[in-house]
Amino acid sequence: MQKSLKMDPNKCTGCLQCEMACAYEHHHTFTISRSRIKVFGFEDEGRKVPYTCTQCDEAWCLHACPVEAIVLDPATGAKKVLEDLCVGCKVCTIACPFGTVNYVAATGKVQKCDLCDGGEPACAGACPTGAITYVDADWTGLDRMRRWAGRTDNNPAAV
Amino acid sequence: MTWTRKILRVNLTAGTCQAEPLNLEWARQYLGQRGLATKYLVEETDPKVLPLAEGNKLIFATGPLTGTSASTGGRYAVVTKGPLTGAIACSNSGGYFGAEMKFAGYDMIIFEGRSEKPVYLLLENDEARLLDAAHLWGRTCWETEELIKHAHQDPQLRVASIGRAGENGVLFAGIVNDLHRAAGRSGVGAVMGSKNLKAVAIRGTRTDAYAPADPEGFFKAVAAAKAVLAGNGVTGQGLPAYGTQVLMNVINEVGALPTRNHKEIQFEGAHAISGEAMKQPRDSDGKPNLVTNNACFGCTIACGRISKMDKGHFAVKDKPQYHGASGGVEYEAAWALGAACGVSDLEALTYANFLCNEDGFDPITLGTTIGAAMELYELGLIKKEEVGFGLEWGSAEALVKLAEMTAQGVGFGKVIGLGSRVLCTSYGRPDLSMSVKGQEFPAYDGRGLQGMALEYATSNRGACHVRGYMVSPEVLGIPLKMDPGATEGKAPMLKAFQDLTAVVDSAGICLFTTFAWGGPDIQSMIQPALGGDWSLERLMLLGERVWNLERAYNLAAGLTGKDDTLPPRLLNEPAKTGPMKGKVAELGKMLPEYYQVRGWTPDGVPTPETVARLGL
Repeated sequence: MQKSLKMDPNKCTGCLQCEMACAYEHHHTFTISRSRIKVFGFEDEGRKVPYTCTQCDEAWCLHACPVEAIVLDPATGAKKVLEDLCVGCKVCTIACPFGTVNYVAATGKVQKCDLCDGGEPACAGACPTGAITYVDADWTGLDRMRRWAGRTDNNPAAV
Repeated sequence: MTWTRKILRVNLTAGTCQAEPLNLEWARQYLGQRGLATKYLVEETDPKVLPLAEGNKLIFATGPLTGTSASTGGRYAVVTKGPLTGAIACSNSGGYFGAEMKFAGYDMIIFEGRSEKPVYLLLENDEARLLDAAHLWGRTCWETEELIKHAHQDPQLRVASIGRAGENGVLFAGIVNDLHRAAGRSGVGAVMGSKNLKAVAIRGTRTDAYAPADPEGFFKAVAAAKAVLAGNGVTGQGLPAYGTQVLMNVINEVGALPTRNHKEIQFEGAHAISGEAMKQPRDSDGKPNLVTNNACFGCTIACGRISKMDKGHFAVKDKPQYHGASGGVEYEAAWALGAACGVSDLEALTYANFLCNEDGFDPITLGTTIGAAMELYELGLIKKEEVGFGLEWGSAEALVKLAEMTAQGVGFGKVIGLGSRVLCTSYGRPDLSMSVKGQEFPAYDGRGLQGMALEYATSNRGACHVRGYMVSPEVLGIPLKMDPGATEGKAPMLKAFQDLTAVVDSAGICLFTTFAWGGPDIQSMIQPALGGDWSLERLMLLGERVWNLERAYNLAAGLTGKDDTLPPRLLNEPAKTGPMKGKVAELGKMLPEYYQVRGWTPDGVPTPETVARLGL
């Protein structure tokens, strides 16, 4: 079964544990500039929103890459950057409509979320509030569906 | 080890920025942040220096756990000689700024001298530059942060700045980072202003600056400690839901909520300004004051309040810039702006709190100073004509106007901006300043909580709740329940709290973790983070060393044991209502014992044996 990262901004407090976990998982540093997941603050609205690659099926980045350095991991569905092949041309960063693949000047390569190569992604594991979870890819709407189901009163006795 | 082992020294007089190695020997003795910055201040400055003089230094310091995944590991402190007190000032803050300092590769930034013209420091990893801040001078903290990010086209910069309060020499001006987190107390912002330093903007992208000595052990300990926070009723439920405002009704019922400049000890309007009230839909617009909770960097508690005001409220009716979400009142602010002035208009408190964040000044001292002014007005000593309007108890209009005037540095706001000690002394009633060593009380009455009375009298930065939070044992039963009205056993418990707090601060984590964490939880993370032998005994001794170093600094600055006292109102005027009715603060019963357990002389001076034992 394929899984997806699911973000629930209503639960995000902006603690950035996810960013630290991502940076540490991939680069053994707490420095969050190396994280592939980002939490954005919309301060005027009092909202914090975590955001990363959604792993498009027809991924713009993958198709744009001239050296086939972005490949599909069939096990996880992740579109992964093969650093050995990446030439740092940045065309993928232009192609991605969501901005979730980015160039890293220090390495001369691009980086993006790879779902931590299977298992639970580090960001989801580190989130203290359940704002980031790793769930059945076919049922990311299940929680919301259940919430609405609960509001549908089909018990005749209650009418 | 999680020190970066590097500090930045900025000489504002010469306009130079120079990196240098951290003194690791001192780091092992004082850990980081509060303790280590104090050590640098003690070694490098004359304790008799005037706080706003060029010879004073201003130190921004992180701890070894700052910028790590240890819960709440995002804190930094600002250490200097405080203008409000003439004593050591150490004010710490959360938000994201502290971690960014570590990412850039620095444990500490020492500012010395005074710039001729307004400047700000732009620090990007190894590149440190002092830049002209003429266009920022006169701007608020919020404007300054936005303008700096815009100028450098980098929204990921983290900015700590002073607002107009710090520029104008408000003696309780703070330093604000990330819009609404602040090194708020003791006037550290006034020192920054005196140095013509408007802001510090940091972007850190280094990946090799620091790392835990034993990563596996560290992550294991961090995960276990996070589970303790999540499972605890206060840190797992109370604080996320209500913030520190969970205390308003509790402390009022205990009979320890100072009201109207400590004339009373319970506030009839407490519920209206409580954490519960912040969640209730308002009558006016049907929406609650509280929008959501927020976390600082790495914090798994998330006690921060984000509020939206009622757009129709008189304070903001014609000011759309205050209609969006911003930092809401926490307990201390709600108490000071509310109960201390007899004001029960939650929206007015929220607005005054927004102004404190916007222009960088401490809502505790603001509220208590306005409360003192209201009493002087009631006594006929302050006249309506000199203020321009009446200062009746409970007047939300007066609160709002005085907050605005203090922010702008105009009219009677200039007087309020000097704090209650200067205010009350200038009207011939120094006894009405509810302060110790010049710093005003926070939100617990020493007549109701005897341990807090002792804490206020002995705190090294003047009256303070976050140096030894005796509310924990006296009200919350953490780690054990103590009778709040009793004096027995308070001295040794306070010493333990003060020493542990010094460790928590020096590590770079948040004091609020100690509602759930004990010494062993904290030790379990410091050990693998730093490597070597970091036993709990060593850490507690380190905490005691920090406390005594601060004490020694204050004594050298000219303070004496005579300053370890309370205003006559707390010592002589019995509480009028509630469970503590008839009580006064029985400081005389506790202070000699406190000196004894600290290993100090009867005059409050560390004995040669104590100095030797602590390796001072």
